Amino acid sequence: MVTPVTSLGRNGLYDWLIQRVSAVIIGVYLIFMLGYLMTAGDLDFASWKAFMGSICMQIANTLLVIAVAAHTWVGLWGVTTDYLTSLTFGKAATGVRLIAQVAIALALVVYLLWGLVLIWGGA
Amino acid sequence: MKVSIYRYNPETDREPSMKEYEVDTQGKDLMVLDILALVKEQDQSLAYRRSCREGVCGSDGMNMNGKNGLACITPLSQVAPGVLEGKKPLILRPLPGLPVIRDLVVDMGMFYNQYEKVQPYLQNNTPAPAIERLQSPEERAKIDGLYECILCACCSTSCPSFWWNPDKFLGPAALLQSYRFLADSRDNATEERLSKLDDPFSLFRCHGIMNCVSVCPKGLNPTRAIGHIRSMLLERGI
Ligand code: SF4
Ligand code: SF4
Ligand code: FES
Repeated sequence: MVTPVTSLGRNGLYDWLIQRVSAVIIGVYLIFMLGYLMTAGDLDFASWKAFMGSICMQIANTLLVIAVAAHTWVGLWGVTTDYLTSLTFGKAATGVRLIAQVAIALALVVYLLWGLVLIWGGA
Repeated sequence: MKVSIYRYNPETDREPSMKEYEVDTQGKDLMVLDILALVKEQDQSLAYRRSCREGVCGSDGMNMNGKNGLACITPLSQVAPGVLEGKKPLILRPLPGLPVIRDLVVDMGMFYNQYEKVQPYLQNNTPAPAIERLQSPEERAKIDGLYECILCACCSTSCPSFWWNPDKFLGPAALLQSYRFLADSRDNATEERLSKLDDPFSLFRCHGIMNCVSVCPKGLNPTRAIGHIRSMLLERGI
């Protein structure tokens, strides 16, 4: 009935699914990290680096970064299409919304690339 | 007791304002609609809708001390603590989110548009049987809690998602009616109905805030109906 414009999944069902799945990933990651930090005892730089450098953690971190980016996009896309509309901005609404969405998208792309470089960049 | 009523006449007023009235209830727990009748005796210029005065027609939906409901079946004691005793004023405003025509009368056009979009009538393209399409008692039971809606708009006008996108988000009332026909064993337009609901707005703007459930004067649960449609979309989509 309504044509989607720039939602991530291109339809409401997939956006909704992305939101739930990414939330589960973030939740599981947080609980796991909390558990790790509570049981790991004295952490020093070397053991932290070894832990984070393991292939399992690299994959987990990648999943987390992608999940956070997707979750943020779907969520903020919803916020912009709720509040930055002609009800609040009249004729300028489309422009305002577009600028906000582009800014959010840019920030997320930078975040995503930066995150991936940190995880896989080695050194 | 004190009554404060939203007044707006587009022909004479530049902007809406609240007007105070003093009404003598003789301590009785009257319905809000009765109070409006008493106010109207003092001030003939007050405009509001009403018809059945027993919660059946859905025409006197309004916002009473911040909560939507039907004035005719809401006693003062249920509006807010202290109102019946006269410690607090009764505050009446039109349903939020819809354009005001005058005083407590709103333009329900946007609400009905969304209702129309869900094609609220039985659709079945199989040949009609000689007498009627039969339903088992179990099949019939599936539309309990759905068909009773009187389209008062209390729910949709209390839903923030409907406030922000009244043209794109169908709102709880229309979605409840959509499910009423999706759940009806005599209707077989299921696929066509679902295919119109899976965009990001029509249904998925519902964030489960549940204002709709808390205000429905008929005790219906649009959030649950929306959840059922979502499950149907999920099964169909993956
Ligand atoms: S549950 Fe959904 S439809 Fe009901 S008030 Fe909340 S957002 Fe609106
Ligand atoms: S679901 Fe309830 S509140 Fe909403 S329009 Fe129907 S009767 Fe009114
Ligand atoms: S007057 Fe008919 S529902 Fe209140």
